[in-house]
Amino acid sequence: MNFLDVWRGHDFGAVARRIASKTPADVRRALGRPRGGVDLEDFAALLSPAASPHLEDMAQAAHRRTVERFGRTMRLFAPLYLSNACANVCTYCGFSAHNRIRRKVLSDAEILAEARVLRSHGFDSVLLVTGETGRVGREYLSNALRLLRPHFSGLWIEVQPLPEEDYAALASDGLSAVLVYQETYDQAAYARHHLSGPKADMAWRLGTPDRLGRAGIKKIGLGALFGLSDWRADAWFTGLHLRHVETVHWRTKTAVSFPRLRPHEGGDIPVTPFGERELVQAACAFRLLSPEAELSLSTREGEAFRNRAFQLGFTSMSAGSRTNPGGYASAPESLEQFEVDDARSPGEVAAFLRSQGYEAVWKDWDSTYDGFAGRHAGAPAPEALAS
Amino acid sequence: MSRGPLIIAGVEFSSRLFVGTGKFSSGEVMRRSLEASGTQLVTVALGRVRTGGEPDDILGHLDTERYRLLPNTSGTRTAREAVLAAELAREALETNWLKLEIHPDPKYLMPDPIETLEATELLVKRGFIVLPYVHADPVLCRRLEEAGAAAVMPLGAPIGSNLGLESRAFLEIIIAQSRVPVVVDAGLGAPSHAAAALEMGADAVLVNTAIAAAGDPVAMAVAFRLGVEAGRGAREAGLAGPDGAGEPVHASATSPLTSFLGEAAP
Repeated sequence: MNFLDVWRGHDFGAVARRIASKTPADVRRALGRPRGGVDLEDFAALLSPAASPHLEDMAQAAHRRTVERFGRTMRLFAPLYLSNACANVCTYCGFSAHNRIRRKVLSDAEILAEARVLRSHGFDSVLLVTGETGRVGREYLSNALRLLRPHFSGLWIEVQPLPEEDYAALASDGLSAVLVYQETYDQAAYARHHLSGPKADMAWRLGTPDRLGRAGIKKIGLGALFGLSDWRADAWFTGLHLRHVETVHWRTKTAVSFPRLRPHEGGDIPVTPFGERELVQAACAFRLLSPEAELSLSTREGEAFRNRAFQLGFTSMSAGSRTNPGGYASAPESLEQFEVDDARSPGEVAAFLRSQGYEAVWKDWDSTYDGFAGRHAGAPAPEALAS
Repeated sequence: MSRGPLIIAGVEFSSRLFVGTGKFSSGEVMRRSLEASGTQLVTVALGRVRTGGEPDDILGHLDTERYRLLPNTSGTRTAREAVLAAELAREALETNWLKLEIHPDPKYLMPDPIETLEATELLVKRGFIVLPYVHADPVLCRRLEEAGAAAVMPLGAPIGSNLGLESRAFLEIIIAQSRVPVVVDAGLGAPSHAAAALEMGADAVLVNTAIAAAGDPVAMAVAFRLGVEAGRGAREAGLAGPDGAGEPVHASATSPLTSFLGEAAP
């Protein structure tokens, strides 16, 4: 069973109407479910306007579920932008092909320079990010993974959707997780916002998590870009996708992110309102739907919000992020993909977490398990990486 | 949850009570008990029945127009023996349906998970409709599903023990994640156990000892039929839950977590 067929079985508008029709009694029933007992109808109730008065109850329950499963810990990771070259024209993205910005693809030396800075900040997990173009395909990623493997135990990517065999090959190069955000599950909105380039193929993107699962990737990250369409329905479809992955690809861990539209170069598009209150409602609903999914809180959010929201179901955070290729080691000369709203260093974020009784976790995998030599077995120390 | 009849390997069952044919005091008592239970699927121990055409007190009392036979491989200890038993069953009873049970341990009759997985893989390739009897082991059930099992039959308690749903916490996981029907097998001692299994979301139950060894097997068969119907009815109706809200949501609320957020937009 693949998700494309599951998705075709649900009409986006009908889902939005079903969510809108949920009642306070539906919300109370959903809140009364035992751990793991929340189904997709309950999830719809938790995402509905009827749940808004119950937000405090949802937050308490989501917090409790998260502590039960993860303890008081927060995984910290950093994005490492390898390239801003992109063949897609998307209304909401600073890397969109029509934007006249300087394009950059990091060389080996530049990748290692970025790695050195991230290691010195304490990071052990990095998320490699690229735009979508043939220049940063399987060969380029494979090389980047092999360069970085001795220095990080967690290597994740957020890049263009690839064929199953490419994922399997990258896994053997050390890839441990892939994030692929659908942006929106609303076909009309998807077509409106993805004007040309490979990303305009919605079905190929929808099928990506299934290809990842079949390729044996250890963790799959999902997400919708809230603001492109009705956020409640997009969140529900993301939950449907999550359930599908959890059921069909049951050996794979799951993660959900909550990106929302931010100001960026080149675009001024109508945005469906999705404020901080709605973000909290969505995150808590996901935690109640899935006690075990990793939920990620972006540095797109501001410091004041992150300092309060981090205990509402979230289990991982990016910190000290730069969203332009070369942004850590060289002066930020190329344009950022989006603006970052929390300017604190990773050390400051970790210190804040400690002050709240939380432990910052930097490492959650060991590449020895993949059959690679461990980072401490013969790998040069970060200081020795200077080019 | 799917409503309507149970479907296993494309075959519809309106009764969710499967009944075993062992341990009855006579073929006649068995026949009347099966009839009273309303069952449509009965298991037969291949090692127990005479398949050579001689008169047999079990087969002789089974109306095969009315009941689908589910031969079991009880008594086998390895995957190899189970495959041989399955081939014999297919030939003698003219069905490719099979309850796969492999228990090398004659004392507790615990199913062997390793041999069972291997035998399921082999039997599916040979065209059998395989329903394996296993511990309530969620990972094993997923592996069996991937191997092509038509349903899984996790145990509620040790076979013949009448203890009920001792494995409840694991059955709940299996039911939540299974994509093939889940038939709770073994250990169900009372109609209330069967009702509880169906309420939890099990697709069916298999009962033998509790009916066959009851003071009045025919009356107990009726009681089990009603228990299964009650449990399934409750499941379909949607249980309200205690006070509509399980655990009190404010039980551990010390300080509010969302006071920093503004009010909802009007």
